[in-house]
Parts: sequence; structure tokens; C-alpha cells
Amino acid sequence: MIGITSYGAYIPRYRLSRKTIFEAIGWFNPATVGVAKGERAVANYDEDSITMAVAAATDCLDGFERDRVDGLYLSSLTLPYAERQNAAICSSALAFRSDIRTADFSTSSKAGTTALLAACDTVKAGELNNFMVCAADSRLGKPGSNLEHIFGDGAAALLVGRDQVIAELKGFYSLTEDFPDLIRGYGERFPRSWEERWIRDEGYQKLIPALITGLLTKYNLAPADLAKIAIACPDNRVLPGIFKKMGLSVEQMQDTLIDSVGDTGSALPLLMFVAALESANPGDKILIVSYGTGGDALLFEITDQIKKFGGRLGTSGHVNLKKSLDSYAKYLVFRNLIPVDVGIRGEDKPMVRLSMMHREGQTLSSLRGSKCKQCGTPQFPKQRVCINPECGAIDKMEDYYFYNKAGRINSYTADNLTFTWDPPGIYGLIDFEGGGRLYMDFTDCDLETVKVGVPVKVSFRRKHVDESRGVIAYYWKAVPIHKTST
Amino acid sequence: MAIGIKDKVAIIGMGCTRFGEFWDKSESDLIVDAFKEAIEDAGIETKDIDAAWFGSCFDEVNVGKGGIPLARTLKLPNIPVTRVENFCTTGTEALRGACYAVASGASDIALAIGAEKLKDTGYGGLPSLANATGSENIFYYPNLSAPGMFGMIACAYFQKYGLSPEAGKRVLARISQKSHKNGALNPRAHLRKEVSIEQIMNAPIIAWPLGLFDCCGVSDGAAAAIVVPAEKAKDFRPDPVYVKALQLSLTPATGIGHQSWDGVHLEETRIAGIKAYKEAGIENPREEISLMEVHDCFSISELITYESLHISPIGKARIDVEDGFFDLDGKIPCQSDGGLKCFGHPIGASGIRMAYEIYKQLQGRAEPKERQLKSNLNLGLTHNHGGICGSLVCSVAIFGNERK
Repeated sequence: MIGITSYGAYIPRYRLSRKTIFEAIGWFNPATVGVAKGERAVANYDEDSITMAVAAATDCLDGFERDRVDGLYLSSLTLPYAERQNAAICSSALAFRSDIRTADFSTSSKAGTTALLAACDTVKAGELNNFMVCAADSRLGKPGSNLEHIFGDGAAALLVGRDQVIAELKGFYSLTEDFPDLIRGYGERFPRSWEERWIRDEGYQKLIPALITGLLTKYNLAPADLAKIAIACPDNRVLPGIFKKMGLSVEQMQDTLIDSVGDTGSALPLLMFVAALESANPGDKILIVSYGTGGDALLFEITDQIKKFGGRLGTSGHVNLKKSLDSYAKYLVFRNLIPVDVGIRGEDKPMVRLSMMHREGQTLSSLRGSKCKQCGTPQFPKQRVCINPECGAIDKMEDYYFYNKAGRINSYTADNLTFTWDPPGIYGLIDFEGGGRLYMDFTDCDLETVKVGVPVKVSFRRKHVDESRGVIAYYWKAVPIHKTST
Repeated sequence: MAIGIKDKVAIIGMGCTRFGEFWDKSESDLIVDAFKEAIEDAGIETKDIDAAWFGSCFDEVNVGKGGIPLARTLKLPNIPVTRVENFCTTGTEALRGACYAVASGASDIALAIGAEKLKDTGYGGLPSLANATGSENIFYYPNLSAPGMFGMIACAYFQKYGLSPEAGKRVLARISQKSHKNGALNPRAHLRKEVSIEQIMNAPIIAWPLGLFDCCGVSDGAAAAIVVPAEKAKDFRPDPVYVKALQLSLTPATGIGHQSWDGVHLEETRIAGIKAYKEAGIENPREEISLMEVHDCFSISELITYESLHISPIGKARIDVEDGFFDLDGKIPCQSDGGLKCFGHPIGASGIRMAYEIYKQLQGRAEPKERQLKSNLNLGLTHNHGGICGSLVCSVAIFGNERK
């Protein structure tokens, strides 16, 4: 049996109300009022598809030994790098072994489901046992467009394997159609959309039924056999018509998340799949349908193992963990859509030495520190001389990772002098359970919610970006643990 | 067994420029100005100097590396010139070099000069520390600034000793107010206006909880000292000032990597203080020190330094502050020349500028004479700290006007 053995998701904390977008820029294109409903997720200035994928995978891998993962496929339409494998950056952040298979899947919003099918095939081939699939997107719509409203930022992660499968892959059906509804050339920032009515008539209303029918016919199934269908169609107005035409009922329809999160590109079908898994029952047949360049239809059957499975934030855990981004201008600055005056201090950036970055390796990418074998003190970064004032032993260390440790704020400040994209810069000392202290930037918080003693988790982010040299320096920041929306 | 520097070295001449924002002065101008005053004060000529220590911190912004800039500016004739840097203790570090040279017999007359030209950065505040802390610390340090680091200490101090932010800020304000009063009397100081507690409390926040008046500004300036072996001092002047102790203490970064640091005292200062008092033969610093210049880069730095230097009891420095213990007319006047806060903090010069104030006061020659402290002055202390809080370099130096 091959299928899903674990799932996870990540949706950034900020939500931009579509009404806020419309109030700011709707004067330019009043027709956008048609899509100005609900809210969309907006990645923080220090997030991108890589950081979100790592966050989703972290949710997915809770308790799973990282050493057991045999590969990672990352899908995204918005990969930060065109050359420098993005999946490898994720793999390093997740502290995977180096003798694994990795690949980036891109250029179509069906890339997430294609990556999932590829992972299932890889495991089915027999030699590899646990394969990670991540899908993450943070697409840009031109200010004043419908797409700007509809797009949302988010990521999903699925672990594919053969042990303790919770959802078995029972079938698939793919269509490849060079349907140019949304296209973007290399070097362009914004996808271009052809006429929406054409996309609706020739795209959604033809391809989606074809995918569903194709799969049902292939496996001799009827629409009523399906407990849930997750169709990654970003147009909420079109979907009910398709369901009716296919003889499907509203109860079978998995929420597209467009109104609460937005169209998360290649991550959308997988985010919807995770949501479906969260409330699935043994025996349920779930159909996942991606849309883009044709699409993929994947049929899963839920096993008894689902009853034993839990403890993930997943899609629903993240949908409700949110904070309103009150300002459209902030969104524009976070996404680098308007030039801003960073000042001479902001321009005064150090160069990231790539050979040093590589040498430090997992110390940077997965917070690898050291634990002294002589006195047992955890410390960071990885070092050779023990920091314990009572010890000081040299070269008696073993590796000790902090990416999965809980911490508390020891002290902090909110700095208005240092250059940051979201002033004030909040940072401080974090004391970790079990020992160790790190000096970290905080993110996803405000001065009001930060206090000495507040628990934090660590989060993989874009710490330092040197645009002139094309270097994104990824590192970890501390995030105060929010239990509820703030 | 090392017995220290006490009474082995004497300062026989000093100079100190005005500190300020000098668009029309280069670092070389400042160096020449400080040097001229020092050699006139010592009664010597350039050719009499046989070794020099040059302190300059942010060399990327001003003169560049090595001893060459000093040798070139002063036309020093083929003598050893050592450039030193140790963050904000740079000036004291330069003095240490010169003192050990004459104490060892390697040099007869040595020059220590610290200079900094900070106002060519193009922006307010210190140059970004990310460029000054090496390639790895772009990652391992957060996106910090100097006020931010000390803001963290203020946050921890208020928490530990049960001070509300308002009450805590008020104690800090009293410290800055005192320094502004002193600076207003000093023509060499960069900032010469008094400020009220309310002005300080209501000032914009730079790094929470520190406001504008809790932070020293950025200044250009230079200061110089001429030192000789103690037994030769009276050949030059009747009133030399003797070096009693020179200590430097660097933490092994325990503060930012080990949970043992409480975040509210300066371990480096604590240890340097103990060693300096021992070196100088001081048993009760609160009773024996006549005046102090401590590193008041931020009001909170001064507050915790009083405790870490064993002058005020731990957690109780605010009582001394509110009692006026450190005021100009207090038991131990602190920052009588305005301190870093008002005199200014051209980093490489600061350690020597502090020694300059101690030197002039101990000789009874403060300028103008209205600033001369009236009490019986015997021992003066200077203190610097720099680097990253929790991973600092600290210097403590003690000077006296009698050789015992």
C-alpha cells in the first residue's frame, strides 16, 4: 500500500481584507468589486515559497525522524531561485540526510499534484520508502487586477510512504493541455491573464469535468462513490455549475479556501487535500483535482490509520491563526511592488560569503549547535570549545539541533534605529528548554505581544537579502507562540 | 607573579579636541589638534616620542587600517606606530599599549592617541554593526544596533527589580539629566543644553524602552596622552598623574550563549573592576574613588555600571542616583565633563577623553576653572565597554595624583 503517511500545512499569519485592497486601488478598476470579498493570506516580508514549504514540512514531520526521509519534491510557481535548487535549500533546513533525491517542480499550478504523483511512483518503485512533497506559492497580481485579490500565499506538505498509510493512492488521471490562461515568462514578475470568460468557458468548464470523468471512467466509479472532491478552481462562481453538471452534491465539495486564504497556486490542491484529511473517515474516497496546463486527478482512499493520526496544525489550524494586515501599502512594500527609501543605512549591507555559508551548513540552515559530552551543556552555534564557564572542554562536542526545541523570551527590545522592512526591529535572547541560549530576531509579533517569559518557536525565514548580488541568506527567527488570532 | 602597573607610569601631557559634528574637519585635523595640545602640555617635541599607539575603531569610515594614517598625519619619524581597536575600549587600549611600553623599558616617551571621524557615514547613529562583526555574525547576531542591545538590558533590569517601564525610565532620566547639566558647563562638549526629566521621558523611543535622551549621539573628536616611566615624571612637570591600574576584561560570550547570565549586570565590568581595585590597592571603592568617568553610551549602561563596578549595591543603584550620589556635588561625581552622553563618543577617542578629565581634575586644572571639583581629589576611575551585550570587552583604568 502506497499513500500519504503524514500531512502538514502553513498559512502566513497576515490576512489582507479584499475590501481593504478595493478601498486602496479599486478606483483604478472598479470591476474588481466583483472579487473583493473575504480576505487573502499575505506572506510576511521575510517569507517566501521556500520558507513556507519548510514551515509546512515541519508541521508534517512532527515526531518523524528526519533521517528517515529519502527525498523531497518541491513544487512552486514562485521559486526564489532559477539556478540553485530550491528543494535542496528546504532539505538542508529540514536537516535531511544528504544521500537523498530532490527536485523542483514548477511552471504550472498542477505542479503540486504532479510532484505528489511522482513521489508515489518513486516509493512504488521499491527502493525509497519515505518521500516528502511540499507545495508553496506566493504569486503576485498586478495592483488593480482581479488576480491581486484572488491570489493568496500558503504551503502544504505531504509525506508519502508505505508504513501506516492514512490515505492510499488508488488511482490517477492526468491531462496535459497547453491552455495559456495564465502565462509568465522568465524574468517577469506578474502572470498575464487572458479574458476571464474564455478561461471559464474553455478552461474550467471543459478541463475540470474532463479530469473528473476521465478518472471515474478509468476506475469504473460513480460520482456518488466520492466522499469529498477537492477541486482547485480559483473561481468560486464557476464551481457550483460544474458540480451540478457532474451530478455531485454540495456536501461533497471541499472548501476551495479562496475566501479565507486565496488561490495558493500549486499549493492549493494540496492545502485542500490536507483540509479534507483533517475531517476524513476510514473508507472515504477522496478525489483531488488540480487545474493548470490541463490538470491531475488523484483518487485516495482513507484507511483505519487515520483514527490514530493527529497533532498537526494543518490547514484548519492555520486558517484561524491570523492577524489583519490593515494596510495595502504594507503589502506593496513587503512584496517589493513600490520603490521605498531604505536610506543610506539600509543600503549599507554586508556581503554574504557563500563559501562561509556553505561551511557553516546546517548550523545556519537547521540551527545545529553542539552539546558538550563532558558537561552536557547545549550551546549554539556549533563550536569546539565548551561555553559552560565550569567546563571549557575542547573538541568534546556532539551535534545538537535547536530547530525543534521550545524556547522562552529572556529579554528583548524594539529597535527603531536599525534598518528593517517592518519597523521596529524586535529581537532578543531566547532561552531553550534543556539548555542553550540564542540571540535572535523575532518575527510575526508586535511590541505589545512580546514579554519576558513568552514561549516561542523558531521559524525559517529570509534573514538578510542582498538584492544586488542575488543572495538570499536564510536563517531562523523566533516567533512568539500565538494561541489565537490577534 | 605579575604585580601590575601601579605607580610605574605617569601621564605628563594630554590634549583633547572639542567633540562634535565637524563637517569641516577631517580625522587628520582632529589628530593634529589633540596632539598639539598634548605635546605643549608635556613640554616636548614630536621627535621626543619614540613609540605611538593609535586607537581608531570604525576605520572603514575614516582613515583606514594600520598605523600608517597616524605616522603620516603627524610625520612621526620611523618610530613604531601600533594601530589598536577593541570596540569602545579602543582609546584605553591605546593607552595600555603606551603605558606598558614605558613600564617595560621599551620606550622612554610614548604617545597614545585616539581619534574617530564618524560623521562621514551619511546617516545618523553608528555605522551598521553588521559590517563590523564579521561574516558569520550576519547570521548569528540578530539585526541589532547599540541602543537595541542596551534596550534589552533595560527591559531585563526593570523586570528583575520590579520597576514599571515608567518608573524605570524615570531613574534613567535622572542619570541623563545629570550628564546634561555637566555638559552644559563644558565648552568642549558636543551637547551643551540642559534637559528636564519630562523632556527626557517624552522623547521619541529609539529602542524600547530607551528614548532619544537615553542615548549618546555620534561625534567626531580626538584625544591624546603622553606617558613616561613614573620615576622620570617629575623631570617634565611637578604635577604628573600616575597610572594605578589598567584592566581589560572580555567575556567568553557566555551572556549570549549560556543561560547563566541574568542580563542585568556586566560580568566583564564586575571582573575588571575587582582586578583594577586589587591592582591599585583599593579596598573600598565607594569610599576611595574621588571621581569616575563611566561608559554612558546609554543611561542604562551607566546605571548598571554603578553596580557592576561595586560602587552601588546590586539592584540598588537607583537609590544612589536619586540621592545625587553621582551628581557634580555628590560623593563620587560621575561624568563631570558631560560623559559620552554630552561630551560625545568618537569611539577611538573616548577612553582617552575620560582620562583627560580625570587628569585635569586631579591636577586642579579643569577648564574652565568653574568646572574644577572642590573636594579633595585623589583617585579617578575610567571605564569603557563595547562590543555586543553579553559578549563585551570592558576596560577599567585608575589614576592618582600621588605616587605611593
